[in-house]
Amino acid sequence: MIKIEHLTKKYGDRYALDDISFGVRPGEVVGFLGPNGAGKSTTMNILTGYLSSTSGKAMIDGMDILEHPLAVKKKIGFLPEQPPLYPEMTVWEYLSFIYDLKKCTLPKKGHLDEICDVIKIADVKNRMIRNLSKGYRQRTGIAGAIVGNPEVVIFDEPTNGLDPKQIVDIRNLIAELGKNHTVILSTHILSEVKTICDRIIIINEGKIIADEKTENIENVIRRNRRISVRVDGPSASVLAALKKINGVRYAKVAASYSDGTASYLIEGDDGLDLRRPVFFALAGGGWPILSMEYLGASIEDLFITVVDDEGAAVPDKAV
Amino acid sequence: MIAILKRELHSYFTSPVGYIFVAIFLAVGGFFFTNYTVQQGENASVSGYFAIMMLLFILIIPLLTMKLVSEERKMKTDQLILTAPVTLFDIVFAKYLAALVLFGGTFLVSSILYYIPLALYGTPNAAVYMGNVFAVLLMGSAFIAIGVFISSTTENQFIAAFGTIAAIIFLELVDRLNTFINSAFLRAIVAGISFSSRYANFSAGVFDYAALLYYISFTGVFLFLAIRVFEKRRYN
Repeated sequence: MIKIEHLTKKYGDRYALDDISFGVRPGEVVGFLGPNGAGKSTTMNILTGYLSSTSGKAMIDGMDILEHPLAVKKKIGFLPEQPPLYPEMTVWEYLSFIYDLKKCTLPKKGHLDEICDVIKIADVKNRMIRNLSKGYRQRTGIAGAIVGNPEVVIFDEPTNGLDPKQIVDIRNLIAELGKNHTVILSTHILSEVKTICDRIIIINEGKIIADEKTENIENVIRRNRRISVRVDGPSASVLAALKKINGVRYAKVAASYSDGTASYLIEGDDGLDLRRPVFFALAGGGWPILSMEYLGASIEDLFITVVDDEGAAVPDKAV
Repeated sequence: MIAILKRELHSYFTSPVGYIFVAIFLAVGGFFFTNYTVQQGENASVSGYFAIMMLLFILIIPLLTMKLVSEERKMKTDQLILTAPVTLFDIVFAKYLAALVLFGGTFLVSSILYYIPLALYGTPNAAVYMGNVFAVLLMGSAFIAIGVFISSTTENQFIAAFGTIAAIIFLELVDRLNTFINSAFLRAIVAGISFSSRYANFSAGVFDYAALLYYISFTGVFLFLAIRVFEKRRYN
């Protein structure tokens, strides 16, 4: 249904997206996860034709967005990060404007009434958008995205800034939509994608760092762990011993201290717990371990910083 | 395109802008029309009235065009229309048309109404009157296109308004500089740009194809530039 191939977007010298590729099958609900500025919105904006890529292709249903913009845009419903609402219109006028804009062919009144019912905005449909609460505005934005019943719906941070009850409501709504639409949504909340999505794509600094089914994502998070260990001993020989351990990808001196001890950073192969081999290797050399700490993988650092539920962000851990 | 045109017209009248425009237009227009024709008796001429309308452009055209595009960018509603199945031409042209419909509609209706007392109590020259109406419409169209272009370059509608005011003042009054310019070459350029000099034939009741072409190409060029601004922003 959706195919992204080697998509790159540069702003000046900075890469907002650096060669990303993925596909989405019809009916799949895919979550984009990553910190702010990771490239989630950029990807969505390119996919919907709002921005152009520097290189690479974005295709929907086999059609390139640049070559067949109108045909592709007809298949997409998009809710940007800030819902594109006209404050001086009523909800009904707004939806009916989008209906005309998208040149829909479904019976107008019946279709819009149905959307209002599904999204639960029927009771505010004659009110001006400027007078609506944030939750209702967000709903109106979602309603706008599904006018014309597009095959693909793209939501950029749909629950951003809502209160907990509204978040649950919107999540249920999206899960409901996922039954008969292809959905892409972005968020920086891990639990959100876990509850709604079939598949999770993690983006950081413009690169895809994981693309897994939701049930496998925990494994991705657990693999590739690093440990930091402080050892009393000559650093050259300690480092050589650490590098000799089976499965160690790299080891380096992280810091040296005036008492002759040093901290080392060790990263092992995926899924390997290095703590025991490190202990035996150092014990074999007669170098006492003063402390040993499990650092976790870079993905996990990412999660700790940005992804913990409802914005309880923890500052980046120094590595 | 029709959806956007309808929405723009609707938005003129859900905000005070549309009413302010019509009010200023009719108040100033009505005053000067009475002053230059009815109160002048035998020496009455309509050209003075139309000349005043053109000066009024400086104030009222920016009022119509300032938020046409800039507001969409500021409110991020451009993400809706740019991701909808409509072409950039449709978007820009619909916005231009919305301003033209409001301006042209008000102006035409008032012009027709003003002609009635003239015809009843005097002997107006219909060709002169129509020529003037036509010229004012053409100039208005060109200024609206400039306004749409300037509005598309900024998120701030006041910058858009001041930019448009400056552009209109320049185009209307630039030929007055000619008395201060020594170089014949520069004078020719200034005369070529000037909006006012092209107006002369129309106001004498002569249909001037060159001027018609000038105003229409002017409109076309600035709408084209506005489309380019949209395109360029997509790549940034």
